[in-house]
Amino acid sequence: MSPDMLFNLLLKALGQTLQMVAVAGLIGALIGLPIGVFLATSGKGELFPAPVTNRIIGAVVNAARSTPFIILVVAIIPFTRFIAGTSIGTYAAIVPLTVATIPFVARLTEAAIREVDKGLIEAARAMGATPLQIVFKVLLAEARPGLTLALTLTLVSLVGYSAMVGAVGGGGLGDLGIRYGYQRFMPDVMLAVVVVLIVLVQAIQSLGDALARRFDKRNRKT
Amino acid sequence: MTFLHTAVETAPSPLAAETPMVAFEAVTKRFGGADDKSQFTALDGIDLSVARGAITGIIGRSGAGKSTLIRLVNGLEKATSGRVVVDGVEVGALSETGLRDLRRQVGMIFQHFNLLSSRTAFENVALPLEIAGLSAKEIRDKVAPLIDLVGLGDKSDRYPAELSGGQKQRIGIARALATSPKLLLSDEATSALDPETTQSILALLKRINAELGLTVLLITHEMEVVKTIASDVAVIDRGKIVEAGRTFDVFTGAKHETTRSLLSAALGTNLPEWIRSNLKPQPSAGDRVLVRLIFFGSTAFQPLTARLVTELGADINILAGTIEEIAGEPYGSLVVAYPADPAVTERAERFYAATGLSTEVLGYVA
Repeated sequence: MSPDMLFNLLLKALGQTLQMVAVAGLIGALIGLPIGVFLATSGKGELFPAPVTNRIIGAVVNAARSTPFIILVVAIIPFTRFIAGTSIGTYAAIVPLTVATIPFVARLTEAAIREVDKGLIEAARAMGATPLQIVFKVLLAEARPGLTLALTLTLVSLVGYSAMVGAVGGGGLGDLGIRYGYQRFMPDVMLAVVVVLIVLVQAIQSLGDALARRFDKRNRKT
Repeated sequence: MTFLHTAVETAPSPLAAETPMVAFEAVTKRFGGADDKSQFTALDGIDLSVARGAITGIIGRSGAGKSTLIRLVNGLEKATSGRVVVDGVEVGALSETGLRDLRRQVGMIFQHFNLLSSRTAFENVALPLEIAGLSAKEIRDKVAPLIDLVGLGDKSDRYPAELSGGQKQRIGIARALATSPKLLLSDEATSALDPETTQSILALLKRINAELGLTVLLITHEMEVVKTIASDVAVIDRGKIVEAGRTFDVFTGAKHETTRSLLSAALGTNLPEWIRSNLKPQPSAGDRVLVRLIFFGSTAFQPLTARLVTELGADINILAGTIEEIAGEPYGSLVVAYPADPAVTERAERFYAATGLSTEVLGYVA
């Protein structure tokens, strides 16, 4: 394959991967974050006590998390068709990616929020803060470094998941690697795909780490 | 007559200033399940009032129930039975909204400061004002003077991780004062600090109490804290108030075992081990009697020890002693030994009676 052709293939696949990761990441975070906050604050005696709902949502999240992604992709094809109008192609692939991202983000958010010192919640309550004020002014603000790392991890995982949606014609780097690199025995394509993926993941992780460091004021030198 | 009666009821009582800032009335708090076995009684029939404008200390060992007690005042905990009344308002009867209003009038500081690590000192002090819904300008106008008041004007833009323990607590105090509360609750505010920093924080609390006329209710396990700033004290043990009153009276006339043991370290009234192990309850011939002389009030300023030597006509050993200031009043304690000879002890008794010196026979040594 000529370098020109390879470059064009790579560029197109990278574009598809970025599109899937960005859209699924954004929607997944927008839905997963509130669910995570709810999971972290709705236990018995917490800010929004609703232990039963908490357990039900927790169980649903666990079920979604324990389903292998490739099974999830085919299992929800009717739902995908309902949302995207088709079950094939990059847009359609965004649906299962988003569905897998929501519980992932929810659990990571819950963990990050639970890391916040309980004393801060008590202090805010003693100031007369409402539960919502505590969520926005205390929990989310204090958990920001942890949430940043959680979202970074989510994006990195999404890059990996997006490689699997080639199964439903989702395209992207993973799909390129399988179809050209593996099925057509073109090791140069495979190598190029792997290099691009490594660079992409490295870039996401470095950016996330840098942001988290900037948000983290806990370890400043005195 | 009916008219007069109504008038008396509706007019603001001239006694309003005399009513306590906080009153606990037969307050009981139980934690745990419905059955008796899993229940734990943290507070058991607490009656206590906190005087307006005073600094009141509640002292007890860990697990005595003092943390629960202070959290009843701003409704962080709810009493199982009894009433907690803050400035005429019963806390237990308040709705969530009413409770939030009350909390904005009651500041609180904590052992571990509880500052937001993501906010600068300035932003931490601003938090209660943001919560109360003040505008950015109003917040700026209020926060800067508060940070100056606690002596950290130059640390405004620092994050808590860049501040020392004492500085963090100063910011905690500024934050607690932001909403101009009428009552300040202090939950072991100096327990995580070294003795020197503790003294500077206590001095700050004392100054705030004097300058702003703010009522302070503090809980602590350190007698030193109570001794230094509290005018009134209550001793709590296993969920019950065992002694309460003016700090000086409680300290100098401690009756309850818990008070005494908490006091002994702070007042240096612990006997050295070598004396304690040799102490006998009854004298035998040639023994010496060990007596603790307690000086306070008028006796604190007289040269009584010198006169005692002259009066007794016998040798005196001084074995232990301390001079302290309790709630601003001098207090001294001296452990002396002299011959347990009836002639000598009789002269001593007469001398104590004549001078009003308070004494306690600790025992006898060979």
